Amino acid sequence: MSFLDFSQITKTYPGVKALSDVSFGVVKGAVHGLMGENGAGKSTLIKILSGDQHADEGEISIDGKVQAYASTRDAFDNGVIVIHQELQLVPELTVAENLSLGRFPASAGIIAGRRMLEDVGAKLKSAGIDIDMRRKVKTLSIGERQMVEIAKAIMLDARVIALDEPTSSLSSRESEILFALIDRLRGEGKVIIYVSHRLDEVFRLCDSLTVLRDGKLAAHHASLKDVTRDQVVAEMVGREISDIWGFRPRKAGDVRLKVEALSGAKLRTPASFEARAGEIVGFFGLIGAGRSELMRLVFGADPRTGGAVTVDGKGIHATDPHGAIRAGIVLCSEDRKHDGIIQGRSIEENINISSRRHHTRFGVLNRASEIATAETFIKKLKVRTPSRNQDIINLSGGNQQKVILGRWLSEQGVRVLIVDEPTRGIDVGAKSEIYELLYQLAEDGMAIVVVSSELPEVMGICDRILVMCGGRINAELTRDQFAEKAILAAALPDKKTPDAIAS
Amino acid sequence: MTDQLKKILLGEQGLVVIFLVAFALVSALVPNFLTDRNMLGLLQSVVTVGIVACTMMFCLAARDFDLSVGSIVAFAGMVAVMASNATGSILLGLLSAIACGAFVGFINGVVIAKFRINALITTLATMQIVRGFALIASDGRAVGINSPDFYQLALSKLLGIPTPIWVLAVLFGIFGFVLNRTVFGKNTLAIGGNPEASRLAGVNVDRTRIWIFTLQGVVCGIAGILLASRITSGQPNAAVGLELSVISACVLGGVSLAGGRATMSGVIVGVLIMGIAENAMNLLNIPAFYQYIVRGVILLLAVLLDNLRSSALGRR
Repeated sequence: MSFLDFSQITKTYPGVKALSDVSFGVVKGAVHGLMGENGAGKSTLIKILSGDQHADEGEISIDGKVQAYASTRDAFDNGVIVIHQELQLVPELTVAENLSLGRFPASAGIIAGRRMLEDVGAKLKSAGIDIDMRRKVKTLSIGERQMVEIAKAIMLDARVIALDEPTSSLSSRESEILFALIDRLRGEGKVIIYVSHRLDEVFRLCDSLTVLRDGKLAAHHASLKDVTRDQVVAEMVGREISDIWGFRPRKAGDVRLKVEALSGAKLRTPASFEARAGEIVGFFGLIGAGRSELMRLVFGADPRTGGAVTVDGKGIHATDPHGAIRAGIVLCSEDRKHDGIIQGRSIEENINISSRRHHTRFGVLNRASEIATAETFIKKLKVRTPSRNQDIINLSGGNQQKVILGRWLSEQGVRVLIVDEPTRGIDVGAKSEIYELLYQLAEDGMAIVVVSSELPEVMGICDRILVMCGGRINAELTRDQFAEKAILAAALPDKKTPDAIAS
Repeated sequence: MTDQLKKILLGEQGLVVIFLVAFALVSALVPNFLTDRNMLGLLQSVVTVGIVACTMMFCLAARDFDLSVGSIVAFAGMVAVMASNATGSILLGLLSAIACGAFVGFINGVVIAKFRINALITTLATMQIVRGFALIASDGRAVGINSPDFYQLALSKLLGIPTPIWVLAVLFGIFGFVLNRTVFGKNTLAIGGNPEASRLAGVNVDRTRIWIFTLQGVVCGIAGILLASRITSGQPNAAVGLELSVISACVLGGVSLAGGRATMSGVIVGVLIMGIAENAMNLLNIPAFYQYIVRGVILLLAVLLDNLRSSALGRR
């Protein structure tokens, strides 16, 4: 008899069906794994569980009682606690104060300090968490902060605790402590939802497992006894990879982009690489490997401390993006919302923001050209929108990405196109369209650099892959050398095994 | 019925509709309101606020803020009077006033854009510094205008309409064009919408912001000259609290304090609503003390309306 039940959960965002008809149950005193590729719907499901988002259809029930949360606070009060990757603690307060926040033991508004310490101390002790309660949270390591978050859940008598990628920034020793704590909570009869993309952790920790794929339930295992890792990977990926890439071989021309010993404040080790005309070069690595930092240096978005960038043999001394753009380098940033779209402005304005300088006179806009440019790229890139005057914020992720691409393609004379996580949060159909576009641009002689955290993607569409790890370029492989194991091995810091990354 | 009303009030033209309704109501209810004389008086009373609102609109649209405008207006007025008295040349006086305004604005812009100091703090500081300069220059007293030609700036008429109103109208036209039809205007709105994305899209964000503040200074210089001419002297204590009236008018006109949204027509309507409210209260002999309350309430209502409108837009 399951304790926590998801029943036919469906959730649609504009343009994307994030979850459709997902149902499964978890028994009491179990650690339940939740796996899936990026965009499979894990986070959406967790958000619905935490009351942050509402399901369009379906319901969640705990102990047979249907839960309807108006807010995360509601979920809290019902004993459902989600521990996110970004921890929610107040850095300037002590551990004890953080754990008592909202429920300070007090008389007439004055906090009873001794009682607070006693209460918190007792709880920490019973949970087996060994942290000095008097320390300010800002002095704790990430691992210790995670413990405090879990202690918060224990203080609140949580019945369901969801952990979202809890080990992503923990050392292996810290992870061990976390696992011991999770084992303890399981013994106390809690339900733990464990979201992770690390197969070895899931197999070690979890009693049962659900795999999501493209918002649908791909598999549910009530026990992991007879399940193999390969089976889970197959369930996560699900489709034949060759289907969506549509790779076409091309002939590479002369060197277009040459980066020599480039370094900056966030990238200490000087990095060098080349990209040829007609070539698609992939940059793979874990989050924090320094790929985006390197690209921002090439684009002049961050100040460089050394090194040189040349395009077609000409040195680029750009210290800011508009210099780089004039030299023919453009960058589609990883964080579309923060660094890409201009919220509140129309598609037309978002496309024309850079290229309009080609057809202005004395700073006065040429309306006819702007309208024509916008219409051209809306059509060419198949942006799904009722009109060019639509506010970009109303488009789906894929269509926003196309508008940003349109912004750069409307520039005349782009020689180097850098795309950072071009398909993040984009559904499969739009992905293939974007790949196809990249092939066309490469065939027209552009040098293309693709930064991606999705290994199948870089392997699927690139001519050459550079692997980064810990701020340096660790390996370089040509298409005939592509092998998942070799690439992963180069991407992982020594202490971890390739199995640690599933996708 | 209520749905339709909501749609009109919260739509693009909601503000204009409200303005027209208010105008019609006041015309019908307040005696002596809809006369040539009163209309010209009303427009003349909003000249200072209206002129400064032109560039405050750019400031707010780029997610910035300028509290120093009142001080710059007073200071520029002082400079115009003192320089033209000293040199005997009105033109020289006017140019130096505009140059001083531009200089203060430029300093604001550089500190804010290059040194990344919060605009609120920066202009709070320059507001006090510049007011101090105005007081020191005149030893705290008003400085009379020597040349009667200087009065003529405010008194002269073209086609029966006083020059300051023409200046206001021309500036409305110019800045409306600049906002909608120039790279500068579009970049301003883009910066307000998302500063980092604009920078990465190749917009020279720092330079644009410095220009915005410099223009703000120039426009404050013009407003200061016209004000000095109208009150026939340079007053170091002139235009105290102007910044709040100007920002109120802009917000009333639908300019978003979060940046990225501004229209000239909205700002014009905002300025006029403020003017009409004040004018009507004067005609009705409502004591000045109560007028503060009414102005505050109007502003609050405008902001609430704006809030409703953004959430209505968000839902679409």
